[in-house]
Amino acid sequence: MSGFFKSSIGRKVAMALSAFFLMFFLIIHLAVNITSLFSEDVFNELSHFMGTNPLVQFALQPVLIFGVVFHFLMGFVLELRNKKAKGVPYVKNNGAANSTWMSRNMIYSGLVILAFLVLHFIDFWFPEINTKYIQGDMTGMHDGGFRYFHELQHKFLSPIRVGAYVVAFILLALHLLHGFTSAFQSVGITAGRKKALQTFGKIYSIVIPLGFIIIALFHHFNH
Amino acid sequence: MNLTLKIWRQKDSNAKGQMVDYKVTDISEHMSFLEMMDVLNEQLINTGEEPVAFDHDCREGICGMCSMYINGEAHGPDRGVTTCQLHMRMFKDGDTITIEPFRAAAFPVIKDLVVDRMAFERIQQAGGYISVNTSGNTQDANSIPISKHAADEAMDAATCIGCGACVATCKNSSAMLFVGAKVSQYALLPQGQVEAADRVKNMVAQMDLEGFGNCTNTGACEIECPKGISLDNIARMNRELIKADIS
Repeated sequence: MSGFFKSSIGRKVAMALSAFFLMFFLIIHLAVNITSLFSEDVFNELSHFMGTNPLVQFALQPVLIFGVVFHFLMGFVLELRNKKAKGVPYVKNNGAANSTWMSRNMIYSGLVILAFLVLHFIDFWFPEINTKYIQGDMTGMHDGGFRYFHELQHKFLSPIRVGAYVVAFILLALHLLHGFTSAFQSVGITAGRKKALQTFGKIYSIVIPLGFIIIALFHHFNH
Repeated sequence: MNLTLKIWRQKDSNAKGQMVDYKVTDISEHMSFLEMMDVLNEQLINTGEEPVAFDHDCREGICGMCSMYINGEAHGPDRGVTTCQLHMRMFKDGDTITIEPFRAAAFPVIKDLVVDRMAFERIQQAGGYISVNTSGNTQDANSIPISKHAADEAMDAATCIGCGACVATCKNSSAMLFVGAKVSQYALLPQGQVEAADRVKNMVAQMDLEGFGNCTNTGACEIECPKGISLDNIARMNRELIKADIS
């Protein structure tokens, strides 16, 4: 079994398993954030739970960070190995004749998502870690109430940030439009032939990023 | 029709190659692409130039010998055909056609448009067979029942002619469609079960050793494959390897 993940197929499977985990995480993240459109209180309660629950913080969060780092590093490793395997490039190559733009440019959509994650961590994650674990304030309170909803609204005041988020989510949609079915194919499920899974993949790839875009725009225009 | 050809010329495997322009005139639309190349070579020989080296054999689309990357596609713009069955009617008078060798680090150029595809042979030797005693008391093939569905799928996989268009067209130079087809044609049949685990492990190990890239499921290979080998074969190979490594 140890040799499996050193093989080309093993690496694909590892890439797919981390993708499944990240795709599941996106559903959870959206489910929490979408509540901010309807109820400040529910969003605050959920954010406080996610931010202070030991299981989430010390078990799920490290796994998530590992999953993100692994997916990016493995993506880079595979890209470099694949470039090497091609050797001399073609003078003329008509990629559009046989494959989608999304499938040929996963590394670029991935790099935009990576850049977005840096911004997203600076915006939300680092301040959270600072408040909770460096300053030691685990109350989640500010000025007599939960701080989460106000922080969210405050971040989305800037049209530049909202613009960057929207662009990143469009690239996430493009990444998922290939990545969803690709992950299933890598673990041996021929999604390309299973209409229902393919349709679900398309819906997922559009609905999840669209949900995040709506949240960013909603808070930009309603504050 | 009159055409301009931009062809990769490379003296030998160590030489640095380059694109060279040629003109061919009075090409019939009924000619095959290789016949057009024959006309060019006759022209070159008559003027004392070195003819363009290219692979070909049966010229019936079955041997897997011809290659060429034509206008940015393996075996050219037509679907379901090899270069020998590509006809000049696919092009227009005055066209410029770019002709390159199949590109992959595992398929080094030998000369001009000829590449070394022995890596495929070595992958086959690693497990693309069944060990059957053919000493004279061989079991009748019809005594082993095989479902129609499995027989059809195995036959479809077995139509792979090993031309290497999948590798050439893949942006990662992955050989997984070829290996997937070769693994599948045995994995689907009872005769292939005895050596199934070793077969997939050894063939994938040899594929990696040869320096082919990792499949990213773009599906380009399936589109460009002259025999229409399905991506399902890659998924089946992935399943076979997972099964072989877990058990």
